Amino acid sequence: MNTNFEPKILAFVCNWCTYAGADLTGTSRIKYASNVKIVRFPCTGRIDFMLLLKAFASGSDGIIVSGCHPNDCHYTSGNFHARRRWIIFRGLLDFLGIDTRRIQFSWVSAAEGAKWADIVNKTVDNVRALGPYSEYRKAAEFLAGNEDVLLNEDVPPKDQEVTQ
Amino acid sequence: MNELKSKVKELLGSKEIDLFIGYEQGTRLPRPLLAASCEEADRLIFDEYCTGNLAVYLTRKDLVGGKKVGIAASYYAMRSISRLLDENQLQEGAVKIFGLPPDGAGLKVFETVAEVKQHLQEAPAPPKQVEDGWVKEIEEMPAAERWRFWASELSKCFRCYACRAACPMCYCTKCIVEVNRPQWVQPWAATASNMEWQINRVMHMAGRCADCGACGAACPLGLPVHIIAHKMVEMVTQNFGEPAGKGNVLSTFSPNDKENFIR
Repeated sequence: MNTNFEPKILAFVCNWCTYAGADLTGTSRIKYASNVKIVRFPCTGRIDFMLLLKAFASGSDGIIVSGCHPNDCHYTSGNFHARRRWIIFRGLLDFLGIDTRRIQFSWVSAAEGAKWADIVNKTVDNVRALGPYSEYRKAAEFLAGNEDVLLNEDVPPKDQEVTQ
Repeated sequence: MNELKSKVKELLGSKEIDLFIGYEQGTRLPRPLLAASCEEADRLIFDEYCTGNLAVYLTRKDLVGGKKVGIAASYYAMRSISRLLDENQLQEGAVKIFGLPPDGAGLKVFETVAEVKQHLQEAPAPPKQVEDGWVKEIEEMPAAERWRFWASELSKCFRCYACRAACPMCYCTKCIVEVNRPQWVQPWAATASNMEWQINRVMHMAGRCADCGACGAACPLGLPVHIIAHKMVEMVTQNFGEPAGKGNVLSTFSPNDKENFIR
């Protein structure tokens, strides 16, 4: 196990609660793991499930998805819609064997700066223990990873190609 | 069977319908027959072996556009037709639906949404033991083995999209896999993108899927893609109850939706 492994975490957060919450973490001078890169969305309802898969395919080891608590959505119902989507999406990932331990869903309000720091720290610790998520990445790079094999494949010389 | 033939011929003869979508004898299983004349209608059959979901043809504009259509509907085709009616893809009364009621009284013609829905409530759903068995077996695997299983199965997929073509609910004229700005799903066949395609397909089927298994039956490689769809149906019913009436389960919500993973 590579002990120097630092996980890359991508956080998809909503503009109105969690982004403001993360802002509060900073202004309150609470220190938290710097492994996380925050992507701001208008609402959790906007966070397409494909974005999470894209994140895994392009190098994330862990993902945080966070937004307003239920009933606090700036757009009234965006997080309720998102919750439905996550319930079945997470079940589906689990069924397909994609590692759901690497995706942390949470509600963080604009006043919960400390909670945000806690969530990030815990997720980073969890993912650090799990190691890099190379399975999904490898599967996504299937062709790229096999270039050498393809290059060395036995190709018949040109003049022998047409025999029939 | 003769009852169906004579009825279809009568409707074709009187120009009440231009096309009848039914089954004829195939080499192993009944295969689809699109009968436009009385001679063709002579080849029609309809029995308990006719299980393929013919509802898929109802949204193909090149086949049925501008035509008055009749269809022989199995249980699952009836379910698909009910969804298509809910989603305004079919007009009530525009299609003559021939079904076999469970009481064995012979052929029945359905015209209204209410009749179709009542039939679906009364008729028992064909058993899904094989699919349930698959799901159970896969769920009992440890997560790493589940990944290996699906990665190995889906690495074989060469993306012919037969699963999409066979599905009555896949009627979008522009599919997400054909969208390349942004390119959500890589178009070439690689394990992860094959998986992403299946995830997309099944997520878009959430609460709409009739669970007919046509996707798995259509797969030329025999990949168990219908098991993923079956699992989705199971999850939707478990979490949100039977999908009823208009609206996709993902375009509605309940404040009481339960989950156990959001901190």
